[in-house]
Amino acid sequence: MKRALLTVEHLTMRFGGLTAVDDVSFTAWDGEITAIIGPNGAGKTTVFNCLTGFYQPTVGRLLLERADGEHFLLERLEAYRIGRDAKVARTFQNIRLFPRMTVLENLLVAQHNSLMRASWYSVAGLLGLANYRHAEDAAIEKARHYMELANLVEVADWQAGNLPYGAQRRLEIIRAMCSDPVLLCLDEPAAGLNPRESAELNDLLLLLRAEKGVGILLIEHDMSVVMRISDHIVVLDYGKKISDGTAEEVQNDPRVIAAYLGEEEVA
Amino acid sequence: MSRSIAAITGTAGDSLLKELGFTALIGLALTIPLISFETIDDVGGLQLQGRWAATAFIVVALVLGRLGIILLRTPGREVWVANGGAIAAIIGLLDLFRDTVAGFLGLERWPAISPSYTLAFLIGVGGAVLAIRAVVQISRRNSPMTKAERDARAESIGEQVRKLVRVFAAVAVLFALTLPFMPFSNRYVMDVGTLIVTYVMLGWGLNIIVGYAGLLDLGFVAFYAVGAYSYALGAQYLGVSFWLALPFAGLLAASFGLILGFPVLRLRGDYFAIVTLGFGEIIRIILINWYDVTNGPDGISGIPRPDFFGLATMTRRGHDGLPAFHEYFGLEYSSEHRVIFLYYLIVVMAALVAVFTMRIRKLPIGRAWEALREDDIACASLGINRTTVKLAAFGISASLGGFAGAFFATRQGFISPESFTFIESAIILAIVVMGGMGSLVGIAFAAVLLIGLPEVFRDLAEYRMVAFGAGLVMIMIWRPRGLLSHREPSVLLADRSPPGRPAPREAVAAGEVAE
Repeated sequence: MKRALLTVEHLTMRFGGLTAVDDVSFTAWDGEITAIIGPNGAGKTTVFNCLTGFYQPTVGRLLLERADGEHFLLERLEAYRIGRDAKVARTFQNIRLFPRMTVLENLLVAQHNSLMRASWYSVAGLLGLANYRHAEDAAIEKARHYMELANLVEVADWQAGNLPYGAQRRLEIIRAMCSDPVLLCLDEPAAGLNPRESAELNDLLLLLRAEKGVGILLIEHDMSVVMRISDHIVVLDYGKKISDGTAEEVQNDPRVIAAYLGEEEVA
Repeated sequence: MSRSIAAITGTAGDSLLKELGFTALIGLALTIPLISFETIDDVGGLQLQGRWAATAFIVVALVLGRLGIILLRTPGREVWVANGGAIAAIIGLLDLFRDTVAGFLGLERWPAISPSYTLAFLIGVGGAVLAIRAVVQISRRNSPMTKAERDARAESIGEQVRKLVRVFAAVAVLFALTLPFMPFSNRYVMDVGTLIVTYVMLGWGLNIIVGYAGLLDLGFVAFYAVGAYSYALGAQYLGVSFWLALPFAGLLAASFGLILGFPVLRLRGDYFAIVTLGFGEIIRIILINWYDVTNGPDGISGIPRPDFFGLATMTRRGHDGLPAFHEYFGLEYSSEHRVIFLYYLIVVMAALVAVFTMRIRKLPIGRAWEALREDDIACASLGINRTTVKLAAFGISASLGGFAGAFFATRQGFISPESFTFIESAIILAIVVMGGMGSLVGIAFAAVLLIGLPEVFRDLAEYRMVAFGAGLVMIMIWRPRGLLSHREPSVLLADRSPPGRPAPREAVAAGEVAE
């Protein structure tokens, strides 16, 4: 029933003498929300950067298996091919929108590759042919659909940089969704959100999982988000995996408690 | 004494004197090495001569200007500054244009007040700036609006300006189309017009790299040169006609763009800019040194003029079996025909570039350029291949430069590497930056200012470059993002009707029918 979407095996990333990620293995299942948690500097973002092609891992295999049976070894692909071919999309810890472009334009840029093909690499677009106009209408409808999910239709024509912080976070997530990913990697989506905004974010993520069946990989510090929505949690500390399991299992794991609260001193 | 000063200015007299003294000191420190001495060729060789009057004039002007700025801080004293600034502005301008004004009034020319034209210009501009600031401050204090209301008003004024820009653009296009038939039009006006439109087209071409893709290209003139030389050499060695050479000039420039693009696109920011600068120089140096082919610094002359779409020649007598233009249309011969024809040629070429740019901006590739400018890491994470997107920008931009180059060659009839120096790249870049990167209207406007005004003020001789520089500085102070920096979205959801619901206008019509 459960199908492995992403299998990380022996992932190791060294920067000179520093080992940021040390022999980490875990699996993210299709249609589930997997959270990676850990104290600051545990190597969570480094795992993400390896997954999305921004770093070349020193050791390890990152196997992505799509529902249609296609396989991709992510460590061998360039960053843009991971987005385009393997269909892994990501967001960033410090939001990376296209601030001077509107919300709608942000969502259209995410559909670049399919629109490029539809415009025959700009030729049909320049000539104003009907097939391109239909493709563009469809792309805008898709963007509208996601804006409705994220409650952003009202601000569709605003410059993305002028949105409130919570809306920018939601926009970055639906922008990633517009590229039709099979795996969505979110780097601290709740950072800097107030309790109401993080509740909205929870709803959006649960909705995306339920409606789109997309697998979600999540780095998060906000435990109210992590514990409520994740199906499966991986805990890192000093680059090593120290625990792996459901929210309940992880919460009761003595190694996790030690990593977060410090070990009890032996008197 | 310091107490009376304090009473006048509202600031403590001591600190005032200190500030003014400081200004004078800095003024002296800057003027003495730069201005106070000049060398004159005398019988006994070069002699140093002091220019103390000019030095004193500058220092006094600086101190007065500083005093004006200090007085602006005190409510109620702005009127003095406004008056003083206005007087300085009038003195400066009267001094600058004293020949013209005296001639106009039929008076004897009066002796100069300021030691040089440059100083007169600076005094005039400085005074005007102070006076305007004072007036703005007075009106702001007297108006009952809060800051928020003022911002809202500024916003609505901005909105109106944006609407006016459309009108302005339409008027400008109309003006460009009718220019040859204006009563004041003559050979000189047409030449300046052709020059300006050429730079408008170059600016629009460079805008794709700099304005949209956000890559600082300092060597754009290389593509201009490739276009110009490909037509000139093609005509010289192969006897190619202009119309045949035009697409090839674009293609050749585009392939040079791609050749340059491949190695440098991995670079970013300053490094990228320096490599493009180098590329521009390499092309120019090749043109100078490859004497056998390009005729080196002597250039290529006798480049044929374009014929009238293969129907007639634009010369006095027809040749190669073609009739002359005036014969073909049964007109009186006039040398202006060719000038007007060339003018319309570049206007049409520029118009095509504008239409092309406006269309491509709304296509996925255009949005990807802008996205790349905004955040290239985010682009990669969305599956956009940055290399091909940048190469497309480079190739297209270069080909537009190449087309302009071919036109330049055929218009001048003579080209040499002299025409393709770094300063050309710098001027085209200045046009794009000043105009507001990405704004076609802004770039056209900046081209008119930067190319047209120095041309019109040729009488001011070397001082026009001072005015040019001062203009650039002023634009950068007041409009640091360019004259028209507003970005029009490429697509609006408000313009699209929601699914299943008719567009607002149709809905109203349907409602009327139902009633």
